Amino acid sequence: MGLEAALPVDGFVTTQLRRIINWGRRNSLWPMPFATACCGIELMATACSRYDLARFGSEAVRFSPRQADLMIVAGRVSVKMMPVLQRIYLQMSEPKWVISMGACASTGGVFDTYAVVQGVDQFIPVDVYVPGCPPRPEQLIEGVMAIQRIIDSTGIPPRMSGGKRVGLGLALSGRGHEVRPQPVTLGI
Amino acid sequence: MGAETPSNAASNAPGKGPNLDHPVFALVKGHFASKRFSATEFRGQSTLIVQPGDAHAVLGFLKNDPRCGFNFLADVVGVDYLGYPSKTIGRFAVVYVLRCFEREDLFFVKTFLDPSLPTDGIVEDPALYLDSVTDLWPGAEWMEREVYDMLGIRFRNHPDPRRILTWEAYPAHPLRKDYPVRGREEREQFRLVDRTDA
Ligand code: SF4
Repeated sequence: MGLEAALPVDGFVTTQLRRIINWGRRNSLWPMPFATACCGIELMATACSRYDLARFGSEAVRFSPRQADLMIVAGRVSVKMMPVLQRIYLQMSEPKWVISMGACASTGGVFDTYAVVQGVDQFIPVDVYVPGCPPRPEQLIEGVMAIQRIIDSTGIPPRMSGGKRVGLGLALSGRGHEVRPQPVTLGI
Repeated sequence: MGAETPSNAASNAPGKGPNLDHPVFALVKGHFASKRFSATEFRGQSTLIVQPGDAHAVLGFLKNDPRCGFNFLADVVGVDYLGYPSKTIGRFAVVYVLRCFEREDLFFVKTFLDPSLPTDGIVEDPALYLDSVTDLWPGAEWMEREVYDMLGIRFRNHPDPRRILTWEAYPAHPLRKDYPVRGREEREQFRLVDRTDA
């Protein structure tokens, strides 16, 4: 398969402990789906067979925050929901990352009303913003891959002075993939 | 279908007023001879307009009288007519949507309320009170809670008169038309969470 095939039978590799931990971590990002609106449907599509988030090790979607390390906020967050979101975020175990998926989670979108929080990043740290209304599954996968690249390069989330951790605030450009005409014909 | 004006009476065919031939109008009129009602109709949907104090009695009659038989309360909605283009009887309205499955009939009962206090707060206003119809249709419970939450119209004898969509301490009734659509900073009032809090 991968590494084993490339090595002689009794071979070994040397590496850094940090690297091997990061390798494991990046390939087992278990999402906590905080799907409150239409973006959640696209999040489900991302995990389904056509787009298959399992290719990136993130198929184990956990509805228990204790078992998840990647929160995907997909949809509008209402004022009544924000304390819930914060509590779930706090319950997730470190190291943890947050993707803000779609216009609504990132900015409130078109819902500029009394009832909708204008961007979850005001109240919880967000690492990657995925633009779109809704973002295509490819784009969300790009967001997960951005988190993987962060893990690869920095290990556990970087800390500011005093151990305080702020969101990375990366925004995808939205031009990272080619959209092919759908549906894609299958060849066997 | 021609152009419509906001007024119910003018929206039927030109020259004709609303068609008030729904049989329930006559039944209510006959049963409550001493009370004042008005009525209107729009595209076959008839609305009986009652005084706030009469609403519960009339609704009870509509439910229990076998000739009416409105055994299903489809909805209770509140309306704020502030700034409405044409004149209305009062500022707030509560509309009861009734259904009779046996006759496949749809009927509306509407009552108007005028506030006696400024409407920008959440102070209890004795003028904005109606009798709850949860004793007639238990399903009215959540719908009345929504009317209360959104418009501040309270219901007497309601079994559980709490807000339903916003939380208990919410400082406004947000569907009132004098409440700003972006709210009064309620959406900004959360603690800031960072990763050291976990
Ligand atoms: S960004 Fe668009 S698709 Fe996503 S929750 Fe908002 S309205 Fe729905």
